[in-house]
Amino acid sequence: MSTCGARSQRAASRLVSTLVLISATALAQVPYERIVDASKDPGNWVTYSGNYLGHRYSPLTQLTPANVSGLRVKWAYQFPNRRTEVSPLVVDGVMYVTGPNTAAALDVRTGRELWTWKRPIPDDYRSIGFGHVSRGPAILDNQLFVATLDCYLVALDISSGAERWATKVEDYKTGYSMTLAPLAIRGKVVVGVSGGEAGIRGFVDAYDAKTGQRAWRFWTIPGPGEPGHESWPGETWKTGGGSTWVTGAYDPELNLIYWGVGNPGPDWNADSRPGDNLYTCSMVALDANTGALKWHFQFTPHDSHDWDSTHVPVLFDAEVRGRKRKLIASGNRNAFYYVLDRTSGEFVAGRAYAKQTWAKGLDDRGRPMVIPNTEPSEEGTMVWPNLNGATVWFSPAYSPMTNLFYIAVREIGAVYYKREAEYKPGTFFAGGGEGDIPNGEKSGAIRALAATTGEMRWEFPMHSAPWAGVLATAGGLVFSGSDEGNFFALDAKTGKPLWDFQTGGPIAANPVSFNVDGRQCVAIAADRVLYVFGL
Amino acid sequence: MHGWIPIFAACASAFAQTATETPPDLAAGRKIFEAQCALCHGQTGTGGRGPSLNRPKLNKAADDDALRKVIFEGINPEMPGAWQLSKREVASVAAYVRSLGTVQPEPLAGDAARGASVYESKGCPGCHIASGKGQGIGPELTDIGARRNGAYLRKTLLKPTDSPPEGFLYVAAVTTSGETVRGIRVNEDSFTIQLKDSRGKFHSFRKAELKELRRLKQESPMPSFERSLSGAELDDIVAYLASLRGKS
Repeated sequence: MSTCGARSQRAASRLVSTLVLISATALAQVPYERIVDASKDPGNWVTYSGNYLGHRYSPLTQLTPANVSGLRVKWAYQFPNRRTEVSPLVVDGVMYVTGPNTAAALDVRTGRELWTWKRPIPDDYRSIGFGHVSRGPAILDNQLFVATLDCYLVALDISSGAERWATKVEDYKTGYSMTLAPLAIRGKVVVGVSGGEAGIRGFVDAYDAKTGQRAWRFWTIPGPGEPGHESWPGETWKTGGGSTWVTGAYDPELNLIYWGVGNPGPDWNADSRPGDNLYTCSMVALDANTGALKWHFQFTPHDSHDWDSTHVPVLFDAEVRGRKRKLIASGNRNAFYYVLDRTSGEFVAGRAYAKQTWAKGLDDRGRPMVIPNTEPSEEGTMVWPNLNGATVWFSPAYSPMTNLFYIAVREIGAVYYKREAEYKPGTFFAGGGEGDIPNGEKSGAIRALAATTGEMRWEFPMHSAPWAGVLATAGGLVFSGSDEGNFFALDAKTGKPLWDFQTGGPIAANPVSFNVDGRQCVAIAADRVLYVFGL
Repeated sequence: MHGWIPIFAACASAFAQTATETPPDLAAGRKIFEAQCALCHGQTGTGGRGPSLNRPKLNKAADDDALRKVIFEGINPEMPGAWQLSKREVASVAAYVRSLGTVQPEPLAGDAARGASVYESKGCPGCHIASGKGQGIGPELTDIGARRNGAYLRKTLLKPTDSPPEGFLYVAAVTTSGETVRGIRVNEDSFTIQLKDSRGKFHSFRKAELKELRRLKQESPMPSFERSLSGAELDDIVAYLASLRGKS
């Protein structure tokens, strides 16, 4: 399962004299405190979103609106798999990337491999409702953590790629899988699972980073006797979905983990599960030590459109109506933007940020006022947004410089159908789906929203609906990508396009920024190629 | 669901029917067909934007397993897959589609051989390639009869703007120097657009460098043949186009 090819070894030996390799030392290279203080270490990118707060924001200032037009490709790296969704990590001259059951360490100057690792995908493994992807690794101390499609969490030695431990999270044969980047916090690695179209019962897990032993599990579908169980009739909770397939955020001061929960099952046929179906389509705040639920907020009660709330939460502090608040924001798949109090889950503000035809708005507590007859039907029901939502898994960005929330927006409606739903372990349990609206308009945009209210400040219209995340930088830039392969930079204050590059492949990944030899670079994966750009 | 729905790996091998499974329900298949398929294939499979299904052999579905697979996965980019259907529902739709194969196809009044002459005399090969002959400015017609029914072909000849091909767009790009280039959009992204003009020449523009980019949704480089074809000529050319079924 662990490999280190001769080619990679030769490459490593040539580079060892020039790279800042820390492998020889027993000191922890990325202690927890280094991730907490990520903003003081802007030349590296040490966790999925750049910091624990979900900002996908680089404090680097070398690239600016004045010089970004000079960006050029520094190097490119080809993955063995297509349509990679990876968000790389960069630590002390080494970039760490993942693919489906693969990982690699790359020389950040050249893109040459330093080591590679792979774990065979079992022949009987099936991705039910998603592709063979991996969105990135996590790093803590001297270990890299990889979540695999066959639902193992694996710890690798960061200097060699050698496997330290591999822990089975759940049985892939019943539909569980993992595609997300783990979240490494103090002494623990937190993961969530895919499988919302296979009738799984979702959870968020934490594992001891040193041993791989499970520290706690939070079930997203409450069992008998637990609060929220009453929102599931009969046995439906056992196949209720509630996947957790996008990396959450963490507040070190409150010691709370924030994690988005996916759709209920079956997705489009809700007849068997009247009720709110907690905690699907919700944000949950969990005690990082125990996994205990501190609060929850449900964005889409009794969802029947597959609008997972699996988004990277964005944590920020701001004054609201004269009072300093600790806030959490979510640009939701259901087309509404939400601001909550992250200490209590209290609804603070919300409004639609994209076209939607299913709710009259949000009430005083943030609950949607659902328009009748917008649920899927046998003959088809036309609703905006479509099942992929007004945004999906790819990351938003938040800049403390502009106090804007940047989000890649999809403007597509669909005709939703309700069909049969029969549960068989490890098979598609969806109960319907969607079709295109005949001659329906489809478009996309990058939008900048006022973080505390969701009011739109600017928009950059795109040719089609995007699949790429957004990166904001302290230099005043916003980077993102298009499905037609454009990687581009916008002015963070105005949205004005400043630079673009045709990568040659659809971009369905999140950008990151870091330094190479003290010079700011940005990286993005496009189809099977990872590009690194610099001046 | 994560998006972009490549779920077929989970299901593509699952279409072989076994004797122990519930038999397909023709009535259920018809109901689904009329709701989801008829828009392109016609309420009784007579075709339209999609091919007619009123024939026993279907080009993309040699046997029942293949037909169920096509229904579930679709044919990229023309036909969306009905991935939302259960295996039993797919089987029911497939059975209903097979039943449409026994329906007599629409009779065409014209003569295909005469239509071939009309096709030549009206200059169609100047823009279209059929069976390797002609110019490639407009869409290739080598298998147009397998993709469109007679009524649809007739409508297109009379009013081309009412039934453009998938993704077709005629545009006028006005450069900063005031030059206007009209052409068919062959590709576009958020920053650039590529056109093919009436001589088949490609043009590439950065949108930010254009004075104006007009999307001519009600225009087509193909003229209407409403006045230039007699009724008999129209019947004949439709019969000819309907006979173009692709390379044998």
